Amino acid sequence: MMLCARNLTLAGRLGDVSLDLSPGQVTAICGPNGAGKSSLVSAMAGVLPVSGALSLDGQDLPAMPPRERARLLGYLPQGGEAAWDVGVGTLVELGRLPWQAAPLHRAHADGAQDREAVAQAIAAMDLDHLIDRPLSRLSGGERARALLARVLAGRPRWVLADEPLASLDLGHGLRLLTALRQQAAQGVGVCLVLHDLAMAMNHADRVVVMERGRVVAEGAPGEALSEEVIARVWGVTGRWLGPEGARALSL
Amino acid sequence: MTRLNASLFGALVLVFAVSLLAGRVWIDPFHPDVPGAGLILMQLRLPRSVLAVLAGGGLGAAGAAMQAYLRNPLADPGLFGIAPSAALGAVLSIWLGSYGVALGPWALPVFALVGAGGAMALLGLIAGRSSGGVALFTLAGMMIASLSGALMSLAISLSPSPFALSEIVTWLMGALADRSWHEVWIAAPLMLIGLGAFVAAGRSLDALTLGEAAARSLGVDPRRLQALLILGVGCTVGGSVAVAGIIGFVGLVVPHLLRPFTDRRPSSLIVPSALGGALLLVLGDSLCRIFPLVGGELRLGIALSLLGAPFFLALLWRMRDGVWR
Repeated sequence: MMLCARNLTLAGRLGDVSLDLSPGQVTAICGPNGAGKSSLVSAMAGVLPVSGALSLDGQDLPAMPPRERARLLGYLPQGGEAAWDVGVGTLVELGRLPWQAAPLHRAHADGAQDREAVAQAIAAMDLDHLIDRPLSRLSGGERARALLARVLAGRPRWVLADEPLASLDLGHGLRLLTALRQQAAQGVGVCLVLHDLAMAMNHADRVVVMERGRVVAEGAPGEALSEEVIARVWGVTGRWLGPEGARALSL
Repeated sequence: MTRLNASLFGALVLVFAVSLLAGRVWIDPFHPDVPGAGLILMQLRLPRSVLAVLAGGGLGAAGAAMQAYLRNPLADPGLFGIAPSAALGAVLSIWLGSYGVALGPWALPVFALVGAGGAMALLGLIAGRSSGGVALFTLAGMMIASLSGALMSLAISLSPSPFALSEIVTWLMGALADRSWHEVWIAAPLMLIGLGAFVAAGRSLDALTLGEAAARSLGVDPRRLQALLILGVGCTVGGSVAVAGIIGFVGLVVPHLLRPFTDRRPSSLIVPSALGGALLLVLGDSLCRIFPLVGGELRLGIALSLLGAPFFLALLWRMRDGVWR
């Protein structure tokens, strides 16, 4: 399912952004603070109203009923603070809400399909041993995995995540990215906002670089994150070291 | 029915039965030879206790829904301004009556419901223009509450006589004394509609656990949710104020007490909060009857606030330590 954005515009945040994103790939959106990365991802998720056109395999996304859209697009916002100290299992179950009929959704939530999807998401994020633990008693890495499991429980065709690796250490960040790559390998489209350029260079299939609300470079990581682009967009001189797939950015 | 709901329902049935027997005149169920026992039960205590169930149930459920919507355990049903607007309507009916304007016996609840309806309409208009944002909507509710409060104070200060002033102030304290089946017939349909709206909003309130953005991405229609909440809070809180005056703290305290016994999903808390609110109000009203003051009963609003304020302070104390969810 191709995710296409055409002329997305929002005053002061996005300026005429057009993109074609392919499923089965990990696309990283990079750029300095205030570049419009979060606005773009939330606009694609249907959370932020913008002008322009958004479509999924030719279907007009804004015209789609919210619940139908929610079944196709899973969105992980930045931060992910929960208002109530729910357990991991309850949190992950929330991902099934778009599939459940209101108002008697609790009865429906006991459906075999929901249970299977929740169990698979919990297993994919290695959370089986934490299923009853409240969020307040999770480490940062466990919490990030639980929040992503909530998105995966909805079995979306696209995962749109805003800085999912923020506040994670190197090991936890890499494990989360590996899990997202596994999703992409199963045909799911994955689009992430990433600040870590080395992570984007080594683990993304495609990179989109934004600056002041506009796309200024896109393509394969080596091309979109070239030393020239980094110097122009981030204003720093850097050199990529090491072999392809294991590069480090020396500043 | 969950174990929690079953326990609360059982306790409610028990307390309800005892409340029918309790009062200045105790009725022994095994020797009901008190003069006029049948009349006391059927025309005084039964409607009063049924009204306590309805008002308490509505306020408890409204509190759970409001806390879920605002993602804040300190939220209270009064925040939308519907309770003060309903109270303003009731105060105006007393005020007009004291100036000799001939109003029927239904005037007070009808005026209160008109006040609640006015606040609901205003909130609906603002919600229609706010594209579903929680902050603007809540601020609008707080401003309506502030305006209604100011107008009520103005009406009180312009009371034509000390008797009118006393009547207004006493009514504002909230009570279930001297209520009849008429009030029950007013409150019952409103509470049922309100509870239905909250149950219908349950899925959306669950999604709000993760914030507005995540909720929208889960398919929540924020305008539909606001409409359901306006309807629910309007019917339950407006109806409760219309028949019993302002009764504080039920909507704040009950969801707090019961949340730890649920999976903390907002939808899991609505029905238990309704049962818990009903239980608390029947209990509180029974205590008011058992411990009469000189010249009358302890007002229910005062009794519950006396219980609620220390609870609120304890809550703030726990918040200070970061333990409040």
